[in-house]
Amino acid sequence: MSNTTVDPIPNHMTAQRPGAAVSLDRVTKRFDTADAVSALSLEIAEREFLVLLGPSGCGKSTALRLLAGLEYPDEGTIRIDGVDVTDLEAKARDIAMVFQNYALYPHMTVRRNIEFPLRNRRVPAKERKELVDRTVDALALTDLLDRKPAQLSGGQRQRVALARALVRRPAAFLMDEPLSNLDAKLRVQMRAELIALQRRLETTVVYVTHDQVEAMTMGERIAIMDHGVLQQVGTPTEVYGRPANAFVAGFVGSPPMNLLTAHVDRDGPGATVSLDGARVTLPVGLAELPAGDVLIGIRPEDAAIEPDAALRAEVTVVEELGHERQVVCRTPSAGSVVVRLATDGPVPRLGETVGIVAAPSALHLFDAASGDRIGP
Amino acid sequence: MSTTGASLAADAADTVTEQPPVRRRGRRGRARDALLGYALIAPALVVFGAFVFYPFARNLYLGMYRTPPFPGLPKRYAAFDQYERILRSPEFLGSIRTTVLFVLYTVPPGIFLGILMAVLAHQRLRGIAIFRTLFSSTLATSTAVASVIFFTLLNPQVGLLTHYLGRDGKPSLLQEPRWALIAVAAVTVWQNLGLSFILMSAGLGAVPDELLEAAEIDGAGFWRRFRHVVVPMLSPMIFFAAVVGSIQSFQAFGQIDLLTQGGPLRATNLLVYATYDAVFRQNNEGKAAVLSVALFVITLLLTLVQLKVLERRVTYER
Repeated sequence: MSNTTVDPIPNHMTAQRPGAAVSLDRVTKRFDTADAVSALSLEIAEREFLVLLGPSGCGKSTALRLLAGLEYPDEGTIRIDGVDVTDLEAKARDIAMVFQNYALYPHMTVRRNIEFPLRNRRVPAKERKELVDRTVDALALTDLLDRKPAQLSGGQRQRVALARALVRRPAAFLMDEPLSNLDAKLRVQMRAELIALQRRLETTVVYVTHDQVEAMTMGERIAIMDHGVLQQVGTPTEVYGRPANAFVAGFVGSPPMNLLTAHVDRDGPGATVSLDGARVTLPVGLAELPAGDVLIGIRPEDAAIEPDAALRAEVTVVEELGHERQVVCRTPSAGSVVVRLATDGPVPRLGETVGIVAAPSALHLFDAASGDRIGP
Repeated sequence: MSTTGASLAADAADTVTEQPPVRRRGRRGRARDALLGYALIAPALVVFGAFVFYPFARNLYLGMYRTPPFPGLPKRYAAFDQYERILRSPEFLGSIRTTVLFVLYTVPPGIFLGILMAVLAHQRLRGIAIFRTLFSSTLATSTAVASVIFFTLLNPQVGLLTHYLGRDGKPSLLQEPRWALIAVAAVTVWQNLGLSFILMSAGLGAVPDELLEAAEIDGAGFWRRFRHVVVPMLSPMIFFAAVVGSIQSFQAFGQIDLLTQGGPLRATNLLVYATYDAVFRQNNEGKAAVLSVALFVITLLLTLVQLKVLERRVTYER
């Protein structure tokens, strides 16, 4: 270890060992009788930034705590760097965690806080000082070393929590909504800093959030969970462009995808699909349709307003966002549709009835009963 | 610290709220307000005056008169000479020494056992609530009950503790000059354990779980978590318990009166008992007055220390 202290590379941290691969294999955790996490299988590659995304209570935090060793699974296997750590205590797993409320030790100075993991591992004083100095240098905390957490701002506490996690070069970082206590401006700034840090340190990060914008901007891959079940894993583009089911479609994107209930009519010679009476041309063959109704998904930016289109809807809200205009329309029975328009077009009037169109190739289809995606 | 001041000031500036409009009233209005204020505190003032301030002043005054050896003879004014004489007497110094020892025998063990039981009761086990109730139950006993229980336990003929301590046929520990103070201290610790347990449980419950989880992930085992996270977070409560416990022990009387009457050989002659002894057995009011002033000064100092430290104490922000 002391060899690295004379590392000639200006930024010592690039010499840090790269992050390890982490895997969960059919991991289940029950609280009382309910499954908080249900048969979760997830492979996180070395040096990957993976985001666990989902609404509150979806099991993402439990999944993270299982990885950390703060909870033990009822079934399944957890591996870090190929080693089975399922039954290992948290302190034996060589992972670091950043908590939502930072969990800094209030009675210790910043230096003591950052040193604590090193002292626990009996790192000699000299080496300890060097490690701390480098870490605080990288996070611009040098001037704050003698302060107590109560004397720091939210952003500074966040950085101390990061420093405490970074200082001992763990196999992986777990982050539980680390930015949610920061104000909006600082959050955007820290997002970029975190990504830069992760790239520079070549470390593995598992990052939990309920904020889909955070997930899209930060994650190399996103794993979306609901009710303890993994819904989809993929790059932000995949998850956004081809949601695996109606839940993902409705959760990712801001505003989220419009989901309209369409009726499949099989009475005639060939089946037809209609949306509030308007016939719909689909990107899939009719043979692929399920027996019941289908959900038709349209991204707000894929929809447009045309006065004479067959799908009629009443304009209920017009929001001017400066760079774009969001129009909320209500169809008679299929549901509401949000349309994103450029600001240079005519402004729809409230209460006006308009027609809504979208290109067939931009439509997403889901089984109304199961929510599963139909077709490509 | 100056930065805290600055950030506090900034916070204050951020959160300037609208003040309620100042009521402008004339001199007569203000006088009426003042009158109302005095009227409102008058009942409390009367009660305090009659039962606290007057007896206190009277006690100071009593301490300046030497009580005659036989009733009926005139008291002699001795001013502060009597204070000096009594406060330098071997009896008083011995009593102070015994009292300080008693505080040492009762307060640290009480806090230690309180923390131990609180940690045990903090475990998530089935039926732990029963233990919590049991652990806090001594709070509901009186000094008299506790004394009688231990008097029986230490009885030379039938006492269970006597038997288990291998002292069958020997005199009660309460009659051994070497052990009497420790035995009385044990009764006191037992009786105060309920309160100590409740205080330490409350303190322990206020330690955020995630702090302990963070420490676990940071590689701290049970003892390091206890030593470096739990104890520092408990320290305000420990300090509070120490001060309150010390004051209580300085004022201990019931258990002494019931178990040892200050004996054997003054081994348990605590300050309050010595005061009682002076006035009711020795019929020496002047001496008793001096002793009670001494107790007052000690208690006052302890309270001041507590206020001073509490004032300076960092309020831990989460």
